Amino acid sequence: MRLDARIPAGPIEGKWERCKFEMKLVNPANKRRFKVLVVGSGLAGASAAASLGELGYEVECFCYQDSPRRAHSISAQGGINAAKNYQNDGDSVFRLFYDTVKGGDFRAREANVYRLAEVSGAIIDQCVAQGVPFAREYGGLLANRSFGGAQVSRTFYARGQTGQQLLLGAYQALERQIALGKVRMFTRTEMLDLVVEDGRARGIVVRDLKTGEIRRHAGHAVVLATGGYGNAFHLSTNAKGCNATAIWRAHKRGAAFANPCYTQIHPTCIPVSGDYQSKLTLMSESLRNDGRIWVPLRKGDTRPAGEIPEAERDYYLERRYPAFGNLVPRDIASRAAKQVCDEGRGVGPTGLGVYLDFSESIGRLGRAAIEERYGNLFEMYERITGEDPYSVPMRIFPAVHYTMGGLWVDYHLMSSVQGLYVLGEANFSDHGANRLGASALMQGLADGYFVIPYTIGDDLAARLGEKVSSDTPAFSEVETGVRDRLRKLTSIRGKRTVDSFHRELGQVMWAECGMGRNATGLRRAIERLPGLRAEFWENVNVLGSGDGLNQSLEKAGRVADFLELGELICRDALHREESCGGHFREEHQTPEGEALRDDEHFRYVAAWEWAGEGREPVLHKEPLEFEYVHLAQRSYK
Amino acid sequence: MAVSGIVLFGFVVGHMFGNLKLYQGPEAINVYAEHLRTMGEPILPRNALLWVVRAVLLAAVGVHLWSAWTTTRQSWAARGGRYEVWTPVQADYAARTMRWGGVLIALFVAFHIADLTFGTGHPQFAPADVYSNVVRGFQRVPVAAFYMAANVALGFHLYHGLWSLFQSLGWNNPTFNHWRRTFATAFACIVAAGNVSFPISVLMGWVK
Amino acid sequence: MRLTLRVWRQAGPSAPGRLVTYELPDVSEHMSFLEMLDVLNERLTEKGEEPIAFDHDCREGICGTCGFMISGIAHGKMPATTVCQLHMRHFRDGEELVLEPWRSKAFPVLRDLVVDRGAFDRIIQAGGYVAVNTGTAQDANAIPVAKADADVAMDAASCIGCGACVAQCPNGAAQLFTAAKVSQLALLPQGQPERWQRVERMVAQLEREAFGSCTNYGECEAVCPKGVSLDFIAMMNRDWLRNVFRVRRESRATGGAG
Repeated sequence: MRLDARIPAGPIEGKWERCKFEMKLVNPANKRRFKVLVVGSGLAGASAAASLGELGYEVECFCYQDSPRRAHSISAQGGINAAKNYQNDGDSVFRLFYDTVKGGDFRAREANVYRLAEVSGAIIDQCVAQGVPFAREYGGLLANRSFGGAQVSRTFYARGQTGQQLLLGAYQALERQIALGKVRMFTRTEMLDLVVEDGRARGIVVRDLKTGEIRRHAGHAVVLATGGYGNAFHLSTNAKGCNATAIWRAHKRGAAFANPCYTQIHPTCIPVSGDYQSKLTLMSESLRNDGRIWVPLRKGDTRPAGEIPEAERDYYLERRYPAFGNLVPRDIASRAAKQVCDEGRGVGPTGLGVYLDFSESIGRLGRAAIEERYGNLFEMYERITGEDPYSVPMRIFPAVHYTMGGLWVDYHLMSSVQGLYVLGEANFSDHGANRLGASALMQGLADGYFVIPYTIGDDLAARLGEKVSSDTPAFSEVETGVRDRLRKLTSIRGKRTVDSFHRELGQVMWAECGMGRNATGLRRAIERLPGLRAEFWENVNVLGSGDGLNQSLEKAGRVADFLELGELICRDALHREESCGGHFREEHQTPEGEALRDDEHFRYVAAWEWAGEGREPVLHKEPLEFEYVHLAQRSYK
Repeated sequence: MAVSGIVLFGFVVGHMFGNLKLYQGPEAINVYAEHLRTMGEPILPRNALLWVVRAVLLAAVGVHLWSAWTTTRQSWAARGGRYEVWTPVQADYAARTMRWGGVLIALFVAFHIADLTFGTGHPQFAPADVYSNVVRGFQRVPVAAFYMAANVALGFHLYHGLWSLFQSLGWNNPTFNHWRRTFATAFACIVAAGNVSFPISVLMGWVK
Repeated sequence: MRLTLRVWRQAGPSAPGRLVTYELPDVSEHMSFLEMLDVLNERLTEKGEEPIAFDHDCREGICGTCGFMISGIAHGKMPATTVCQLHMRHFRDGEELVLEPWRSKAFPVLRDLVVDRGAFDRIIQAGGYVAVNTGTAQDANAIPVAKADADVAMDAASCIGCGACVAQCPNGAAQLFTAAKVSQLALLPQGQPERWQRVERMVAQLEREAFGSCTNYGECEAVCPKGVSLDFIAMMNRDWLRNVFRVRRESRATGGAG
């Protein structure tokens, strides 16, 4: 496997311009001769499908949900970054670029991040033109707020529902193209495999989740925008349906998987309340602006929060990071919470929680001010926990939230399989080892609105006149494989439910490959997972058949893939003998317990190649060059 | 629905206020009734304008019934099977009784016209003596009871109908919105109370 | 606590359905309603019975995927709450609950509690967008928008498209859903060029779908998990009427001059 990132030459400010100029174009009248398959309809997928349709391509778009409007992008709360400098506070494309590379702990590709910052302004323009109701000032102009890891106000938001509003904007653009006949939408349709012929992506095999029908779709290019793989940890803030099947199948067909161990753990989530827990709920990072995080000073202190005197409380973030205090980046806040809980000072019935206390700010600003800022979040907290956060402190605990890793892509967002593009959270490109708040929405839309519409033409231009057909031996072979696998799943009729396997996988992943990782634990996980996988294929119980709507069967296929992907995550984490961003190896830390990078040996993208069932994956390295950002140890003290 | 509703609402309000002349004695109301027939004279022949008004009202009733029938049919068709349990959360009694209340009112109107306009089935009907027709008519207790029940139904119907009118015609302005319910309640109460007062007054012997 | 559930089971779109009773002896008050169903489904699977199919995804009350009737109320009795955010502490020990799918001709049942809400997408397709191609937009701050307008547009835009309004409405009407989108775009300057055409087309599509007609019960607003206001229906009706009486201009130009 040869990994060529195809980064254009020249100074960083001119790379994207130059790339756009050098790429081959498809003439407007010829665009309709090309069919593009877009899998996923979140911010990246919907914006890509809509934009490609507008350009004139014949697009087919697929989502497992009942409508493209339900993709998990909708859950994003906080906002979207853009280097508009509307606040006149010194923001610029370069600063957004710099903050993102630094926030990612120097493990992202400079050229990609610069382009992201460069197109960020156009995203806001586009969304406003679509009718996205962003928050505004009384003068009628757009409002901004600040977010973790940045010292400027560059985050645009629509209450606590920014993701929803951006997604609905893209969804509406997509529905318009559907009405115009440029995009054909396939809802409740799940991609189960990729068809590769002569090293090129030729199409996909899907299952209609309503009828169980297995269908082939051929196209000139395949675009995966299927989101992240956080659900490999079972409990995460992802939606229940989020899965890695599309990218994992593509990986097994030749697409390299980059940096799988870069997983982001979000510090402010509602703690687990019992074994039945199905998912974790995130509380916006913005709460840390006014809430103070603490635990009891003494181990095993079970007194209610209100009865613990000030002197017996440990405001550990303020103590350890006086400069940033409660506003340190996500990875640091999460790790600190884990440490105090490991010391036995965690709070709540499970001991896995820390207090996020608003009493001081309520006293200082008044209840009304806090209600105006966080009212909807407080309501949500109360709805879920039954506790009133105005009178007792919130309990929070970190949870898996976002995966920076994903399929390897070059500057054109093409994977290591020719004609296969990967956008949004599904790729690995822009966030390095840690993503800053409000950057996921920016990246998804940048990829879909402003990158893929340009880069896809470069590859397609050379294929004018090429006919696509799903009536080939390669399609037949893949389809047979898909059918066999589904049949196998419904015929095992073992003793354990799919969920029980998912839960067990999650426990292994969280314990051995969660916030803190070490070689012993990772080896233990790598040893244990093949056994769990084998048991799954002998003892899972999926009732019903594949002939109609069967949610257990859908889940089983996804969990089967997570069981394989989990092992790759652990292998990547084991091989990366350094700590960076979301990847914290306990062996590699400073005396104060901070992440210790090893730039000399690990300043590269780890791209894993599938080597076949039962074989160890093959590691390829894409070295990372930092010409514009000076490598430094992050410090938030 | 809304437009025909406005016409009918105008009518019931006028009808009620006109009938208050009952309390001014036989002469006042009989003159008023005669005036209705001679409206427009001498430009128009006797009864002409009255028939124009009647035609408009009849058309409004027709449109009102027709729209009620089509929306009802559409709604029944839209419900894909019945719920085993359905619990109203906000819909009040008035909203939920629009249809059957409307049917009751329609039946009542038919009876009312037959009884007091054409005299069909009226024991002592005298074409020009409205006052005596009303008083004699309401001395029959079942008729008075039916009259009162129908007018209470009319009150409910008006209450929801008036409020709905604002919605359906899009008369929505945050500054005045809170008046919409007040307006609907006030007019529904006034019309119902005025109309119900007639049979009560007769039965109690206040009007003889 | 102990609960009795009577759940609508239906094997497929054309199969007959019926209510089946399940006893749950040990429901924890901290569970969400859907977690309770997860537990029930695990047990059913272990007993060899097919689990209950129900739609759900984000479990944070924003994706709009989940939703069914709990004892006759869409999303259950707690106001402004989707079923995924409804917690068991609001129920009494020994209570019997009836779970039925959204019942509307426009939302055919696919299986058990799962329905097809494709009609909503078709209403959006009819005009629920601003027709701007990617890349053509001017600077985002070029047109100021009064804060009050932007805020009310956001109130309308918070609709999650779950379908509770249709399910609860005795008429099976989808006015609230349609009005939310029509009003959001009518309130913003970006939505003006297509304002009249939008309301005309979206209402026409609304009537083509198998929805009933609005008689202002107000049930939709009461069960809406996002509290979308009935006022938006009035706004939509006004725009629709204004469009009827609008001066229509038609260009007589033919073809381009080249």
